Amino acid sequence: MSETIRTDIPPARAAKRTGEFAPELQLSVDHDLCPGCGEPLALRLVLELIEELGCAENALGVVGIGCYTALGSSIGTDMIQALHGRAPSLATGAKRMRPETLVFTLQGDGDMVNEGLQEVIHTAARGENLTCVLLNNGVFGETGGHMTATTVLGQRTKNTLDGRDAARHGHPISLAEMLAPLGGAAYIARGSVHDAPNIVRTKNMLRRAFEAQLAGEGFSLVEILTMCPTGWFVPTAQGPGYLDAVIGAVHRIGEIKARAR
Amino acid sequence: MTRRLMEGSEAIAEAAIAAGCKFFAGYPMTPFTELLEAFAAKLPTAGGVCINAESELEAIGMAWGAVATGARAATGSTGQGLALMQESFSELVRAELPLVVFNMARGQFDYFQATRGGGHGDYRFIVLAPIDVAEAIDLTRCAFELAERWRNPVLIYGDYLLAHTAEAVAVQTQSDPPRAKDWRADGTGRARGGPRHISPIGMQPGTKGIDAEVFWQRLQAKHEQIAAAEQRFETEHCDGAELVVVAFGSLARFARHAVRELRRAGVRVGFFRPVSLWPFPSDALARASAGATRVAVLEQNAGQMIDDVRLAVLGRAAVVAIGGISTDAHGFGIGRFFDPEQVRARIERALAARSAA
Repeated sequence: MSETIRTDIPPARAAKRTGEFAPELQLSVDHDLCPGCGEPLALRLVLELIEELGCAENALGVVGIGCYTALGSSIGTDMIQALHGRAPSLATGAKRMRPETLVFTLQGDGDMVNEGLQEVIHTAARGENLTCVLLNNGVFGETGGHMTATTVLGQRTKNTLDGRDAARHGHPISLAEMLAPLGGAAYIARGSVHDAPNIVRTKNMLRRAFEAQLAGEGFSLVEILTMCPTGWFVPTAQGPGYLDAVIGAVHRIGEIKARAR
Repeated sequence: MTRRLMEGSEAIAEAAIAAGCKFFAGYPMTPFTELLEAFAAKLPTAGGVCINAESELEAIGMAWGAVATGARAATGSTGQGLALMQESFSELVRAELPLVVFNMARGQFDYFQATRGGGHGDYRFIVLAPIDVAEAIDLTRCAFELAERWRNPVLIYGDYLLAHTAEAVAVQTQSDPPRAKDWRADGTGRARGGPRHISPIGMQPGTKGIDAEVFWQRLQAKHEQIAAAEQRFETEHCDGAELVVVAFGSLARFARHAVRELRRAGVRVGFFRPVSLWPFPSDALARASAGATRVAVLEQNAGQMIDDVRLAVLGRAAVVAIGGISTDAHGFGIGRFFDPEQVRARIERALAARSAA
């Protein structure tokens, strides 16, 4: 990783596609999600990190319902498929029975912030020693681009055709900020996968979240902003820019709660 | 074994813990509350975990996660709370998880909920209805064993009387030998040959997509096997009976008492009690009522189990309802006809109607 890349001479070996050096825990680099989707990137970060932390043979994922559910069969750790919104409770029961196992949830904004908001709040408040990963793209991608609780004001969706209007559709919830004050929350951060620096930064957030769990510090959440050009009705190549300018302007990237390092 | 005076709630919790239950989650609601209290008091000192869940939705979710790791786990509520859990119930069946659920119901209004369910799709719970505290202890142990044998949830149908009646009972401390649960998803799958995924839609690790039709057909075949293998019932005085009384749960205790009294008085009545509400012991009821001209169904609701009785009797005898809606002012299901005299009078009226016919 630290080798210097020379640009003044031809490369010594052919370029590799990212799929050629995927983590072993990623059982398939092939997926059926849309071009430009950010969710496979986010899942890959989680799986890479589990390997790097040496937890490949002691990790359990709990996956919610959304587009990313289709990625569930490519997860090389043990996995429980949950109902929409209920993953934090399943993770609670599993972690209480297997305190030595690294337990994480994988949920979208429709799953965690709409349907299952109460579950994640109570799980954080109880200080359950597990990590929730929120893939936040601000829409129900699986249904084709409908408003969720995190959709930003002005964002066009299939059921807010003129853009989300606070008077008619209410205000978006920034989940990370909402959970941070709870006593049981040990680490809370929001990252993004819209460009390379943020991918690296987000992986570090996931690392700190998992490390908090391994140290028994309590609940951790990493909210990851992911592109959904299909659900945003923007050209694929404009997904990262839209995320940065529109979604990222409301749901601010950064660590929200962390112990002093 | 020493017998102790215990209320049903305490006895059930002790029986569950003796059966190896390591996890319980629940949300208070009368008359389930006392069962939650008993688990909260007893389970942690027995090396288990009891969580006071913030809702029934979360209680069933927590129990789902716990049982998926291979631990013996249970949850419960009243019928009203179980209404909130229905979505998860159907998924647990399809995920083939051996969860035990206690319905400390407010009376017998939840027969349909217990045996038909309100979740999505074709699914079945094994449902056991104890008549008294001693049987509740046996059936609790049995529930954990059946759940694991079939990898299917089991529901115990109790009520206010069961939860609150104190009886001198003994809890067997020896539990059934634990099964090897290679299917468990507890994080160790890779070390055991490959990741274990527990999915209610039949997703498998490393395989894209699902074969929904094959998945559902396999579950149907399993439920047909359970239906054939797990029918439980109690029958008394049915030989030569002109009229057979059918009742379940606490109310059956009153019916059995009345039938015994009438038999002693020379009246030709019999008693039949489904112990398993699903699978309903249809063949056994057909045999027990083969010589009867009339089958009287005593249940505390507007007529729910009577559907299953009719399907068992198939027109060979007249099926009449002698129960009905009857409850206390609080709605806890302590009906006025929970009274031996009233039950006997209802049976006698059914007999008189038969004679007049």
